[in-house]
Amino acid sequence: MSRQRPAKLQKALNVLGPFIGLALVIALFALIPEVQGRFLRFANFKSVATQSVIVALGALGMTFIIVSGGIDLSAASNIALSSVIAAYAINAGAAPLVAVLLGVLTGGLVGLANGALVTRLRLIPFIVTLGMMGIARGAAKWIAGNQKIDAPMTWANELMARSPRPSWLLLAPGVWIVILLAVAMAVVLRYTVFGRHVFAVGSNESAARLCGIRTDRVKILVYSVAGLFCGLSGVMEFSRLTVGDPTVAVGLELDIIAAVVIGGGSLNGGEGSILGTMVGVMIMSFLRNGCTMMGWPNYIQEIIIGAIIVIAVTLDRLRHRGE
Amino acid sequence: MSPEPAAPPVLRMDGVSKSFGATRALDGVSFELALGEVHALIGENGAGKSTMMKILSGAIPPDAGWMEIDGRPYAPAGPADGLRGGISMIYQELTLAPHLTVEENIMLGREVHAAGWLDRKAMKRRVREALELVRHPEISPDIPVRKLSVGAKQVVEIARALLNRARIVVMDEPTSSLSQEDSLRLFEIIGKLKGQGVSVIYISHFLEEVQRVADSYTVLRDGRNVGSGRMAGTRLEDLIQLMVGQTVTRLFPKVEHSIGEVILSLDGLKGARMTSPVSLTLSRGEILGIAGLVGSGRTEMLRTLFGLDEAEGGSVVVSGFELAGAKPWTRIGRGLGLLSEDRQGEGLALGRSVADNMTMSDFTPYRRHGFLRPGRQRRAVGEWIGKMKIKAKGPAQKVGDLSGGNQQKVALARLLHQKAGILLLDEPTRGIDVVSKAQIYEWIGELAREGKAVLFVSSYLPELLGICDRIAVFHRGGLVESRPAPEWDAPGLMAVATVGRACPDHSMSQRIAE
Repeated sequence: MSRQRPAKLQKALNVLGPFIGLALVIALFALIPEVQGRFLRFANFKSVATQSVIVALGALGMTFIIVSGGIDLSAASNIALSSVIAAYAINAGAAPLVAVLLGVLTGGLVGLANGALVTRLRLIPFIVTLGMMGIARGAAKWIAGNQKIDAPMTWANELMARSPRPSWLLLAPGVWIVILLAVAMAVVLRYTVFGRHVFAVGSNESAARLCGIRTDRVKILVYSVAGLFCGLSGVMEFSRLTVGDPTVAVGLELDIIAAVVIGGGSLNGGEGSILGTMVGVMIMSFLRNGCTMMGWPNYIQEIIIGAIIVIAVTLDRLRHRGE
Repeated sequence: MSPEPAAPPVLRMDGVSKSFGATRALDGVSFELALGEVHALIGENGAGKSTMMKILSGAIPPDAGWMEIDGRPYAPAGPADGLRGGISMIYQELTLAPHLTVEENIMLGREVHAAGWLDRKAMKRRVREALELVRHPEISPDIPVRKLSVGAKQVVEIARALLNRARIVVMDEPTSSLSQEDSLRLFEIIGKLKGQGVSVIYISHFLEEVQRVADSYTVLRDGRNVGSGRMAGTRLEDLIQLMVGQTVTRLFPKVEHSIGEVILSLDGLKGARMTSPVSLTLSRGEILGIAGLVGSGRTEMLRTLFGLDEAEGGSVVVSGFELAGAKPWTRIGRGLGLLSEDRQGEGLALGRSVADNMTMSDFTPYRRHGFLRPGRQRRAVGEWIGKMKIKAKGPAQKVGDLSGGNQQKVALARLLHQKAGILLLDEPTRGIDVVSKAQIYEWIGELAREGKAVLFVSSYLPELLGICDRIAVFHRGGLVESRPAPEWDAPGLMAVATVGRACPDHSMSQRIAE
């Protein structure tokens, strides 16, 4: 019996770990007098939340991929391509809803292609998605004629509005979408057969195969779902910029991967959680926000976030010691 | 309970063949499994047992041949078909997902669900039942598998196989990582399965064990079925004869050797993962056996001694010098060499060549100005391959392509190549065939004759009694007793290993050892 208490305590620590990190980051800026007043305001939290939407959506899908033992380097290119497609569709006279769906679907197709290549060609995900990163980015530039696509304003641009209408929404519709999808994906990962199979494939793929799990199907599904999330993220990008920009989000895939890793995801597979990932996203967003308020230049932010990634993973390793 | 002779076989395999490249792994093998029998599948490593079982499970397709289950043709397209056909495999290499819990592993691939939603309560109940059936109700369904001991992991695998409501259970070396106690429980479970009409194909290198559990046997050699029959009335020597196709005169060849001065002494050595300090001495030309149950601290002691685990106290003295800086590279420099119990995970780089694996710990002879001289390396390794009778195409062949026994010979050759004077051998004969075993015993004897010192950790008592000069027994993390080998017998060793002291009531220890 006495053994169970530390186990429970450790379990609690495992779950709380990323939250403690988030609390530390918030506390840090809340204690600096120069930014205190502005930082702790609701309006600031609102804008941080809105700025997090694009990375958060990408990270939801990336969590599935990383838990399954894979990686997706094409996420950011996929976001750019999807945003271009959405803008293109609206420009061509499509209804906003159709344009949004087309954007999401584009992301899903890119993900499906990733999954199909990984399983059919038996190539490692790093290589497949590295290739797809170039292909999707190139396709986006091609379709956009190597320039921004201007599109007339529609309700689709209000998804990321800082002051939403109606005002009782408090947060931008995009933020609510992220919250709803995060809850849904957390449930899928923990309470469905599919979620459990994702963990099994990432933890020991050959064991999963021996148990009769169709590992290829699980992987294709994982990459496709992640692609859909990138598609939605691309739609949000379009909504924010009001144009389809094929050069947007360059390097964002690394932020997305970092969020998952800070949140406890292991690149060896088998580990990770939606809650952790979301906290990872918030940690990075608050850091950016706080640094900007401090007037620190961009390179300082980059250094700090780089250090946070190493520290977070080190702490995670320390927590797992003795197992 | 012996099945009616007229009863049709549960499984029939007829003329099954399989080739991998130029290697003919199975050559027209026929096999029959009766209802509710335990059928031992015996053969040296590389004889084709694993290939045969992979074909049965649906993991690989046969090139030719015919299979039927209950008289109906059986041609699985994948492992899922095998499972549906009622075939459950318990593999030698553990096949659990380390991050998942016991419950998640046992239910993997057959989750109880409604439209994709997990019914955790129902699954936990079934897992508890399964763990009770294998008499390990103390294993919590909620604990991640990576936190379990090797023995407990195997128990989880067995529970998984039983839950499958299998008609045919294949056990591949199920006891190789089990303690004696768990082995006994396993035999009980097998008895229970038989009673329920389940047929068991039992693969093991422990022939005494096989004789005890199995109703009938089939011996494979070089991919062919060289003999099948009832176990009753079959002598051990007959089985060995069939396996090797030649007469093995002595299983434990005795090489005369004389014991010299003390070369290694541990004084209160305590490692981070050792529960109590250990003191012992080892002399030149001495083979010191280390007995004990799996998890009794033997491996941890070796790892601390070799510098793989952090030392927290005590001293290690080699040839009169106390060693500081416990790291593997300094220990190798002092003449220590460790053969890992985990050959595939840690002992060898399976994807690299025989040559690289064998010379990995000492490239100096093949190095000039920092560049490797592959010609020299190849020639030297070629000689070792001949000397150690390793069945390999050559120095360039990948180690992963060799059979288990030959892999182990490469690992052992590495220690000899690095000219280790103190050999720490952790389960060197685990899961390898009889002929390779006998060769390894002989080398150990030869090494002792050359004046090298050998620490020989093993769970297989006959080999300890057969080749060691002295045997020390570990129990619950500590070394509890050390005596010259002739003063030990198997029941005595087992008593100390299981109880921590010699049993006054000898009959009990005998019962455990049997």
